[in-house]
Amino acid sequence: MSDVAALPNGWQLIVGLEVHVELATKTKMFSASANRFGDEPNTNIDPVTLGLPGALPVLNQHAIELAMRIGLALNCKVQPCTFHRKNYFYPDLPKAYQITQYDNPLNVDGHLMLPGEVRIGIERAHLEEDTGKSTHFGGSSGRIHGSDYSLIDFNRAGVPLVEIVSRPDIRTSEQARQYVAELRSILLAVGASDAKMEEGSMRCDVNVSVHKPGTPFGTRCEIKNVNSIRSVGRAIDYESRRQVDLIESGGTIRQETRHWDDSTGRTETLRTKEDADDYRYFLEPDLVPLIPDPEWIEAVRAALPVLPAARRLALAELCGVDKDGESALVVVERGQDDYVGAVISAGGDPRRSIIYVQQAFAEQGATPKVPAKDLAALTILERDSKVTSTQAKTLLTDLIEAGGGDVVAMVAKRGFETLDTNAVEAMVDAAIAAEPGAWQKYCNGEDKALGALVGAVMKSSKGKADGKVITALLQSKKNS
Amino acid sequence: MQKLVEIASGVGDGSLSASAVVEQHLARIDARESEIHAFNLVTADQARLDAAKVDADVKAGKKVGALAGVPIALKDNMCTRGVETTCSSKILQGWKPPYDATVVTKLRAAGAVIVGKTNLDEFAMGSSTENSAFGPTKNPHDISRVPGGSSGGSAAAVAAGFAAASLGSDTGGSIRQPAALCGVVGVKPTYGVVSRYGLVAFASSLDQIGPFTSDVRDAATLLEVISGHDPLDSTSIPQPAPSLVSVLEHGVAGMRIGRVTDLPDGCEPDVLERLESAFDALRSAGATIVDIKLPSIQYCLTAYYLIAPAEASSNLARYDGVRYGNRVDAADLNSMYAATREAGFGEEVKRRIMLGTYALSAGYYDAYYGKALKVRRLISDDFARAYQSVDTILTPTSPSVAFEFGSKTDNPLAMYLCDVFTIPTNLAGHPAMSVPFGTGAHSMPVGVQVLAPTLGEQAMFKVAAELERAS
Repeated sequence: MSDVAALPNGWQLIVGLEVHVELATKTKMFSASANRFGDEPNTNIDPVTLGLPGALPVLNQHAIELAMRIGLALNCKVQPCTFHRKNYFYPDLPKAYQITQYDNPLNVDGHLMLPGEVRIGIERAHLEEDTGKSTHFGGSSGRIHGSDYSLIDFNRAGVPLVEIVSRPDIRTSEQARQYVAELRSILLAVGASDAKMEEGSMRCDVNVSVHKPGTPFGTRCEIKNVNSIRSVGRAIDYESRRQVDLIESGGTIRQETRHWDDSTGRTETLRTKEDADDYRYFLEPDLVPLIPDPEWIEAVRAALPVLPAARRLALAELCGVDKDGESALVVVERGQDDYVGAVISAGGDPRRSIIYVQQAFAEQGATPKVPAKDLAALTILERDSKVTSTQAKTLLTDLIEAGGGDVVAMVAKRGFETLDTNAVEAMVDAAIAAEPGAWQKYCNGEDKALGALVGAVMKSSKGKADGKVITALLQSKKNS
Repeated sequence: MQKLVEIASGVGDGSLSASAVVEQHLARIDARESEIHAFNLVTADQARLDAAKVDADVKAGKKVGALAGVPIALKDNMCTRGVETTCSSKILQGWKPPYDATVVTKLRAAGAVIVGKTNLDEFAMGSSTENSAFGPTKNPHDISRVPGGSSGGSAAAVAAGFAAASLGSDTGGSIRQPAALCGVVGVKPTYGVVSRYGLVAFASSLDQIGPFTSDVRDAATLLEVISGHDPLDSTSIPQPAPSLVSVLEHGVAGMRIGRVTDLPDGCEPDVLERLESAFDALRSAGATIVDIKLPSIQYCLTAYYLIAPAEASSNLARYDGVRYGNRVDAADLNSMYAATREAGFGEEVKRRIMLGTYALSAGYYDAYYGKALKVRRLISDDFARAYQSVDTILTPTSPSVAFEFGSKTDNPLAMYLCDVFTIPTNLAGHPAMSVPFGTGAHSMPVGVQVLAPTLGEQAMFKVAAELERAS
């Protein structure tokens, strides 16, 4: 999949990811304000959200539960934890500090498996609050410096976040993409977040360094503003090449934060380590330690759904496809694996069942309207060559439009009864007679000429003849 | 001066008019406020409306609360919906909160009549109200002397009869020290007994709201009203308000009272003499005086002046001119921040923000803030040991009687020493209160401080009531 060659001269890429996800709670992390994307700016606010003098935070229990679901799904240890203040000035940070977890996070020491049994360690998954959203007007950079004015929407301020920090176990940009995709499907599966990168409810910061195997890791750069899975790969490919080129031309890597520009495909310095804020972390005195009851943890664990990896494996075994392949991935992500199971239980051809659902059910959600037995019937018609694959596609569209129905009747209605082989052979003979030049070329090994002959048969059969059957007949006549 | 409990019972049974009571207090304000300056804002019109409402409720036979018609003043760091709340700082001048602090909601529900917002050292940082951006409050006993601080306005308001009671906040002694200097009762409850929701934070882990009253019974009555669990404050103790009035007549027979033998130096002889008289009085009433040691007490002042400024540096960072309060416009964001905060904060606030920022900075955290937290644990351990052998502890509230204006303003350390006896309580989260116990030098009031362990308010009030009977 990787569209960029491995790094030259034996350089090894080292990547760690910090992924922020907004939790799907009704209210904010520390107040009763609504947590809802897309509302009119500055409508989901209250004294706590705005950091008004005297306002105090109160922990949202549902946010804790969703964070525990994430931790448990990532095989983390869920532990007693504390909250700290991370102090810095910025207009969209209302209190001038972010409440976050520092040396005692809720979830620690987990892992996530990628295709090919690649294990990526999870260092921690901690709770924190989101900032407001700034929009800068005027100027060219879209950033605050040089802008004419800025507007702030505090609807996002105080939205509960979980930051999932991987260990630097990722070795290729492809693995990084797989990691983000897999994490996303886990988050969706456990209902912790809608994980929409385009809406910012899932955001990635990428730490990239390069080194030669056997030597210590190189200095890392943190890349921000990476807003799609594709950008994760592109940013890593660009940044790792930049680092290698810089080192090989005699330069050194500075520890810094860099900004990914999706339009230019480059990263640029945002701030260097010297410019970095001293966050002056200290224990948040307005909150008490969070000590999740072990019984609560076990209840959350017991209520976790079967996770995507296990579902893909089960589905792949059922359908006889690759567990890391596209069809298992897509069908499980849409939550249609149970449906595929039902189609197969209703007698459907396993392979065709998953492929049909993958290809035609993108808009159907987890519970498609088409009854499983109807889809099963269609897969059998195709398997038994009662209809051609082209006809099957048309019938599938009909089936979805009608929300199910008697497939045999649909075949009749479309006039899709396949012609028997004798009838097709007569048409093939007629086509050879009608296109002697093409037949001669075909016999001389020019496969291009096949198209004209098949086309002629299709035309005379009004599309009812099976292309595979026509080709097989021509083949046998050529060889005879 | 009318007691809170007399007003409340009189108004409640219809024998007293809340409106008349409010007018008496407003008249006293008219007469003396210009020289005392206890208030940043007197809400006379609203107070008259509220009092009339109470009277109407009584007339209509509706049930009225425990503070019906009681005129109460609020330190101007407690949020009042739609009413300017300034913390005596230019940076918040003109700011009207969109919500009431939990204590304000409780006072209103109990029928209290809020007469105004009282002056304080800016953001409650100080011991004399000289750090107010709006000018100092004078001690009603001698206007050449400070009322103490930071809740100096609230203490003076009660001492001058401007209000039957007031609320203050105490981070390192800001209720007890001014209570002592103004000759009134001042209580800092156990941390978490009174909700901090709506109290503008100075140092969140130390701040606690409490009452000023002219006697111990009033203090117990008011504290019962404002305490209790508040789901809006995560540090609020999840249990009901303690019963305090019921214990006031219990006496102290059989109680063990601690005398700290390693108290820090620097206490004036007149104050120590009153403390000894207090021990004598308690002994006469049947208590046993037990010598105890608090070895870590000598480190408390230093630890406090790292912890409180550290939290303050974070709590006060929100005053950045972006969303509310005053803004000084400038060419870019950082210049706007700097200009706003330069113009908006006074000298002492800036000093503490600098101190606290430094104490939390990378490379200094362990040596300063981290070490201060260790002292905090040590003094808590000292107290825990002491309370194995005593029920309460008695110390001076303030090392001296009220001092003259300007006598400590050039020397921040001398000012900080005003809180040397009150700070350990805040570090431990314990309750303590100051009770007037005669006068000292210049015939100025002297207070003695009763300390108790966490949620030891009942024992504390028993001793306070006994001291009041003896004084």
